[in-house]
Amino acid sequence: MQFFIEVLVGGLLAGIMYSLVAIGFVLIYKASGVFNFAQGSMVLFSALTYVGVLELGVPAWEALTIALGVMVILAFIIERTVLRPLVNRSPLTLFLATLGVSFVLEGVAQIVWGAQVHGLDLGISDEPIDLSGVFISKFDVFAASVAAGLVLVLGVLFNRTRLGTALRAVADDPLAALSVGISLPKIWVVVWSVAGFVGLVAGLLWGARLGVQFSLSLIVLKALPVLIIGGFSSIPGTLVGGLIVGASEKLAEVYIGSLVNGGIEVWFSYVVALAFLLVRPNGLFGEPNVERV
Amino acid sequence: MSDAEPILSLEHISLSFRGVKAITDISFRVARGEICSLIGPNGAGKSSLFNVVSGVYVPDVGSITYDGTVHQRMDPSWAARHGIARTFQNIALFKRMTVLENILTGRTLHTRSSFLEHALRLGRAASDAREQRKKAEKIIDILHIGDHRDEPVGKLPYGLQKRVEFGRALVSEPKLLLLDEPLAGMNYEEKLEMSRYVVDVNRDLGTTVVLIEHDMGVVLDLAHHVVVLDYGSKIADGPPAEVRHDRGVIDAYLGQVHDEEAAA
Repeated sequence: MQFFIEVLVGGLLAGIMYSLVAIGFVLIYKASGVFNFAQGSMVLFSALTYVGVLELGVPAWEALTIALGVMVILAFIIERTVLRPLVNRSPLTLFLATLGVSFVLEGVAQIVWGAQVHGLDLGISDEPIDLSGVFISKFDVFAASVAAGLVLVLGVLFNRTRLGTALRAVADDPLAALSVGISLPKIWVVVWSVAGFVGLVAGLLWGARLGVQFSLSLIVLKALPVLIIGGFSSIPGTLVGGLIVGASEKLAEVYIGSLVNGGIEVWFSYVVALAFLLVRPNGLFGEPNVERV
Repeated sequence: MSDAEPILSLEHISLSFRGVKAITDISFRVARGEICSLIGPNGAGKSSLFNVVSGVYVPDVGSITYDGTVHQRMDPSWAARHGIARTFQNIALFKRMTVLENILTGRTLHTRSSFLEHALRLGRAASDAREQRKKAEKIIDILHIGDHRDEPVGKLPYGLQKRVEFGRALVSEPKLLLLDEPLAGMNYEEKLEMSRYVVDVNRDLGTTVVLIEHDMGVVLDLAHHVVVLDYGSKIADGPPAEVRHDRGVIDAYLGQVHDEEAAA
């Protein structure tokens, strides 16, 4: 039983790390109705910027501010060069544009910061805490609290305020949003900046785990099942989705994996996501498609 | 209707899309407080003209004077801030939001509390929210859409959606209301009801209305002033009684063959 709990808690905590990546997708999906392929690159780009500046001898807090500033500038550039010219185009067009953005970001990151792996130490020890026999990683607990805090703050900001309504309006029909006086450029810059900030947080926590390197942009693959389960348009959904993915893949690895020589952790979450697609295609908290036929 | 100070005046507007001319040298004036109707066959440039006035399209030549300010090109957010509200030909509502939420978005520019106050439910947020809600409910009452208040608009029938879109424009308390085919796709009774709302708004609130409509019967009843477009040019401009007997208008509507004229 104790072993079960340890695996479960470990899975839940790992799952929250996935939520952290998924939140970035949800923000942009809510504001533009598009799956932002570049989110993974933004995670990588922001983490690399932080580490790169840090290695120049800049203190941690200042490096963080600089990295954040770079992400805000990036949001302005993306609004100007990608979103504004493509206003009112189909979601597929925008999706492909974000694919382009991801190539550019990864390219620029390599030119500026090089392609080697950077170590990152956030100063949080990874030693386990003993909770009456159940061992939990201190780092995981820290990461989980950060993610939960982010979900809470963003949830309030986007669900309880006019900004939330404005976001949904912009995603639904940009032209109509413009006609009632919602400022598209402002909304886009705000959302992409916040997505950049979330990317930075995810990049730092994952970077501390895996080292800051190019495979970091691949953690989006872990966010996908989270989004499918939680729903593309719900911030709290990412938290629930992350918990389900984390717990199920760790438990599956331990209890089912042992029957088939293991290795099922990497793909098990996709099986869960597939099951959700069959039963609840909009995810647990996603907004259903409204269409009158 | 005085010519003294029109609320909207278009001077020599031309617009083309990659060489295809949509509007050629159109000028006309809309007097304060009137209902002006833009009519013309499909593709005459009516909706394009709306898009020029609300700032979606930038004209190649010409100027737009609105409420005393001259613009070479209109900025959509400036237009919204200065009291130009509009509806769209192919309904542009926020489909996943409810009727009430849609109408509330029309109050965007009247909301005074900041995002932070809103999030923390502090300061002006509560009274502000109550105020916006009251205005929205009033419009919902006037337009008789209260029964559908909490339904997502995407699920409503077409005629009702048109009415919600009208409500969203109205709730912003516009000075100039641009209605793009507000009666399209409606049956006779719905048309009567909708045109009554338009007349009421114009008479009771003094809102200037410019509307695009195909139903000539409605137009001649409703409008104080009719502007007729054909192939991107203005072919008539005046009171309905005059315009209905205009030779060019009859030709445009009854299908005088333009090629014959060219050959003759």
